[in-house]
Amino acid sequence: MTRVHLGVFYTGVGSGYVWSDPANADHTAIETYLSVARTMERGLFDAFFLGEGLRVRENRGRVLDTDVVGRPDAITQLSVLAGATTRLGLVATQNATYNFPADLARRLSTLDHLSAGRAGWNVVTTDNAWTGENFRRGGWLAHERRYERATQFVEAAKAIWAATGPVERHTDLVDLRVTPTLPASRQGRPVLFQAGDSPGGRDLAARHADVVFSANRTYEKARAYADDLTERLAGHGRSRDSLRILPGTSVVLGDTDAEATERAEWLRQQQLTARQAIGFLEQYWNTDLSAYDADGPLPDIEPAEGELDPSRGTLSIADRTGKLERVRAWRQLAADKNLSIRGLVLEVQPRGGSFVGTPARIADEWARYVRDRVVDGFILGPSHLPGSVDEVVDRLVPELQERGVYRTEYEGTTLREHLDLPAQSSK
Amino acid sequence: MTLHLALETDGGGAHPAAWRLASVSSPGHVREVVRAAEAAGFALVTFADSPLPTPAGRLESVGRAAFVSTATSRVGLAPAVPTATTEPFHVAAQLASLDHASHGRAAWVVTGSTAEELATVGTDGPDGEAAEVVEVVRALWDSWEDDAVIRDAATGRYLDADKVHHVDFVGRHFTVKGPLITPRPPQGRPVVLADAALDVDADILLVSDHVRPARPGLVFAEVEVVLDAGTESAVSRLTDLDAVTPWASDRTRYVGAPEGLVSLLLELSEAVDGVRLHPAVLAVDLPVLVEHVLPALDLHPQRETLRATLGLPRPVNRFISGGVR
Repeated sequence: MTRVHLGVFYTGVGSGYVWSDPANADHTAIETYLSVARTMERGLFDAFFLGEGLRVRENRGRVLDTDVVGRPDAITQLSVLAGATTRLGLVATQNATYNFPADLARRLSTLDHLSAGRAGWNVVTTDNAWTGENFRRGGWLAHERRYERATQFVEAAKAIWAATGPVERHTDLVDLRVTPTLPASRQGRPVLFQAGDSPGGRDLAARHADVVFSANRTYEKARAYADDLTERLAGHGRSRDSLRILPGTSVVLGDTDAEATERAEWLRQQQLTARQAIGFLEQYWNTDLSAYDADGPLPDIEPAEGELDPSRGTLSIADRTGKLERVRAWRQLAADKNLSIRGLVLEVQPRGGSFVGTPARIADEWARYVRDRVVDGFILGPSHLPGSVDEVVDRLVPELQERGVYRTEYEGTTLREHLDLPAQSSK
Repeated sequence: MTLHLALETDGGGAHPAAWRLASVSSPGHVREVVRAAEAAGFALVTFADSPLPTPAGRLESVGRAAFVSTATSRVGLAPAVPTATTEPFHVAAQLASLDHASHGRAAWVVTGSTAEELATVGTDGPDGEAAEVVEVVRALWDSWEDDAVIRDAATGRYLDADKVHHVDFVGRHFTVKGPLITPRPPQGRPVVLADAALDVDADILLVSDHVRPARPGLVFAEVEVVLDAGTESAVSRLTDLDAVTPWASDRTRYVGAPEGLVSLLLELSEAVDGVRLHPAVLAVDLPVLVEHVLPALDLHPQRETLRATLGLPRPVNRFISGGVR
């Protein structure tokens, strides 16, 4: 069935959440989690999605102070929500580098049983030694082997979930001997999400994922991504129907398109304070720029030597090299367009992109996306809690329902059923 | 003397045959047992755990504790978590999250691991690691000062970076940088329980022989109980259970009428601060405890946080106690 599946990527870190707005709840309070989860159930959402970052972001050796920060352990928090909700899917991002497969498989399986078949695991990898400093086995995995480890990890977890007897693995990347403690859950096993966009990540998705949390939001990119994945899936004997593609995005609504555009512009300003703009450049300059005015011209000094420090936890590998050329290009751009520091950062800062407009316009657009099968839904990142979620449930969901591309009740009870995924075989 | 009582809630009960009696691993069962314990006045409940498949169907302990956190409001929640089979950083975040979700009722029963348990994660678990794991977990709980989040819109600062600290832990076996991803828990540090035989600096030491160790901390005696229930005597119940699977352990075991257990507990209250009860079969022994044993005892009242119930002070954060700032 063609329809829009929705999830919320609950705020954890980052500049997207406008903490300075007094209308916003404390994103770390359990009451906020509970109220957002209940609103999502009211809106018949598929999944509550928790991200993960295993080291607090820093800027030049100090904790980054400009953005929200403070996250729970995802599986623990979702186990709390399992006790307070009845339908909502509960998806934990968990790292395949800094966990033990048998331990993580059992914790995810527990969540799946506590929620009667609503658990999901978003498989991510980390290669960076900086995050590894928080772990006994810190920094042990070479960058080029992270997806090899992740693949073996996922295969071990799947074997544990399907097994009735001992599972044993002894490779240089995965070492375990375990007999599963839990039977299959109501949905068989946790639903597997995958978020990496590199070729290694796409291949892991094609081989093992039930859902991809994609970075490709615009129609053209989404179409190219879906085509690429369809081809990769075929290589593993799978059809496009066995996988859901859910890009991350956000929504800015207005009574008119003009009002929505105005709100989106206001929001972008809110999401980039002077301190955040300076902090963004400091990543590249690797030196204290606090004396510069964010509304003035770019720093007149040159960046310090050395490649980019990964301590924001947000820079892709590709973005960590070639910074001097990038800075030169930015100077040119700022000169051409007469941009201040803040103006430049607004132009060049990577961001997911939002859907901006009236509920009717966005509903039309989303209906086209799913009818053309370029995506199967979206995972929304809120700028406001509970406001952003309330707004989608109250204004956008009814428009989607009117177009016949959104459920009017939960037909099933498990996350696998919500996502219309094929029933889980025992293998 | 006033006493604290803890209840071990794992599965069908402490007797190895208790698992056969009912669908005891279901989430609903876990919730009902914990709610009954809270209503009866237990200070805390513990959730035993192991990654091994016997007994079958056991859910992981932190998950169980988290699951019941919003269905309860006064009882302490103490999952057993081993120090060797997961990362200390994850243990710290899991228990901090449980403390936030329960508004200050989290505790940790520190456990060691057998060789078979260690094999599940492919490690041989170096000796003496438990004490280091507890030390670094506590340091991580302190890594955010209580007032680190300032939300100062005027300066664009969500937090005060001087109040979130690297812990820079260097042990004999591993290092941990910090800070934790989770803000400081409501109790400052969740309550740590450990068997006195484990060489761990615990808030509550668990002893099997009722002798107070020469170390600081509250002392709880471990007592297994099999009680007369209805027309069935405790002795015949135990005989029947043992016929299925024998119950071997080195803990004190009380088998008999509830009145005798009351006398034993009153006696113990002169020697120790609390008792952790291990009922043979929860479905049978817990109702007898609730009806005939707890009402006859002078228990410390449950308070808002577990530390408050236990009379333990909220720890001063190590990163400010030196008066550096």
